[in-house]
Amino acid sequence: MTAPLVVFFVLAALAVIGAVSLILQKHPIHSALSLIVVMIALAGLYLLLGAEFVAAVQIIVYGGAIMVLFVFVIMLLNAGIEEHTSISKLAGPPGLLLVVALAGLVAATIVRSTDSIQSTMQTGEMSSTLGISNMIFKDFVYPFELTSFLILVAILGATVLAQREKS
Amino acid sequence: MNSFLNTNAELILTVVKIVMLLFIVLTVNAYLTWFERKVVAHMQSRWGPHRVGPHGLLQPLADGVKFLFKEDPTPAGVDKFVYYLAPLLSLALALTSLALIPFGPEPLPWKFFGHDIYLGIAPPDVNIGILALFAITAMGVYGVALAGWSSNSKYPLLGGLRSSAQMISYELALTMSVVGVLLMAGSFNLKKIIEAQAHHPEWGILGWNVWPQLLGFFCFFVAAVAETNRVPFDLPEAESELVAGFHTEYASFKFAMFFIAEYTSMITVSCLCSIMFFGGWLSPFPASWTFTHYLPSAILLPFGLWVIWDGIRYETIFGRILLPGVGTAIAGIGAALILLPGVNLFIQGPFWLLSKILVFLFVYVWMRGTLPRFRYDQLMAFGWKLLLPLSIVNVVVTSFVILAKMTWWGAK
Repeated sequence: MTAPLVVFFVLAALAVIGAVSLILQKHPIHSALSLIVVMIALAGLYLLLGAEFVAAVQIIVYGGAIMVLFVFVIMLLNAGIEEHTSISKLAGPPGLLLVVALAGLVAATIVRSTDSIQSTMQTGEMSSTLGISNMIFKDFVYPFELTSFLILVAILGATVLAQREKS
Repeated sequence: MNSFLNTNAELILTVVKIVMLLFIVLTVNAYLTWFERKVVAHMQSRWGPHRVGPHGLLQPLADGVKFLFKEDPTPAGVDKFVYYLAPLLSLALALTSLALIPFGPEPLPWKFFGHDIYLGIAPPDVNIGILALFAITAMGVYGVALAGWSSNSKYPLLGGLRSSAQMISYELALTMSVVGVLLMAGSFNLKKIIEAQAHHPEWGILGWNVWPQLLGFFCFFVAAVAETNRVPFDLPEAESELVAGFHTEYASFKFAMFFIAEYTSMITVSCLCSIMFFGGWLSPFPASWTFTHYLPSAILLPFGLWVIWDGIRYETIFGRILLPGVGTAIAGIGAALILLPGVNLFIQGPFWLLSKILVFLFVYVWMRGTLPRFRYDQLMAFGWKLLLPLSIVNVVVTSFVILAKMTWWGAK
């Protein structure tokens, strides 16, 4: 096995273990920590694909900013250990069916499109900072600006709601 | 054996560099505490540490031994895993960020099995240098926040909450304030950022980023001090309100790990300030002034002689032996640099970078000796209402100026 392959399997295992642990952990903080592990493992996978910029942003935005807010809120509310209810009988069979369907879909996609995955890996155009900025600020500048407008509206909405609760 | 060395040369080289950097950084950290105590003491008309060794020079060693041998109790009701993870995370992230700093422009004159030996662990062509550094510092919040939470105690929890809020607030200003520099250099690469400041070799100090980016530097330095939780932004560990903040429940070496992490981040911030705004390893003098190459000797030689002169008259016999020895070594290095012009030329870059780092570390200590602590609402208002708008204004103005240059003067 080559070194990148070893690193890939380690990171992939870390991501899967983190994701499973996120669901199984009883304490919210432990779940949040597991999610951080998933985020960092994903960033490592991006780095392995040569997408340096995306990897750094993944850690800064998801691993840093967003997850810090998660942890902050959990700490602030001092949330305790969750209560677990037994799985409802009605949700069991449809859930299992959904899992099988989803797994089949993923497997089918992987089997059918090995070539296209490899070709995406080799063209590094999207990964470089220049390529990404060209796409965001030239090709897709209007959708991008619309998205930021949407986020602004959401921020204003949150502020208005918080103000109303105060008075 | 030889083939093993050949195939794994890069790996071995990196591991050796990591071990050496760890050794150097931990020693520097230890003496940084001595430096801080001495400087603050003299600012307050005291002597500072002077009992352990001549001029208190062995005080860091004594502190280290004390940290190692103190009892290390674990408070009741802590979240064991997170409680142990937090100091480890803090220290590991702080030390990792130093791996990305380039300490000199040229590789060493000899090669290791065909590989250039650069000063600094990461190869100089890391394209996302500054972004990677921000990614690591962004994770640094967890060490403090989790330590506060897992201690199962009220003061640490408050300290942890304060620090999370503070770091989130100031991280925005920190990231925005460097955008101006990135625009001027056109790269995230730390080496390219330094080289962009040497476009006019004859300008010397006038070519540095700090002049066009004065506003950016102000925002960056203030935000960086806040990120490292130092005075006047040390609310997470405000001793008069929160005992010791997030590390109240930590003792012995776990406390030392937080301590080392804090001092290491001070060093990283000083490195970043010198690299991004003060020309990194560039000399402040025009390139044609070759006589300034003797400046390292001109500083080391008299300083060494002064240490010898001071040591001969020292009170204790131990001091009378140790200080002249140290002085002879320093003066010897200074003399050797005059005699070996090749080495002297090579040492210029690291010399200037280290001098600038030392100046910033002094500023850190100076601020601690001078400024009172912010109140919490002042801290938040300062970060959100002043620093962030200022750094955004800096970005807008810088991009307009660069655009104007490109369109009207056709400059690149």
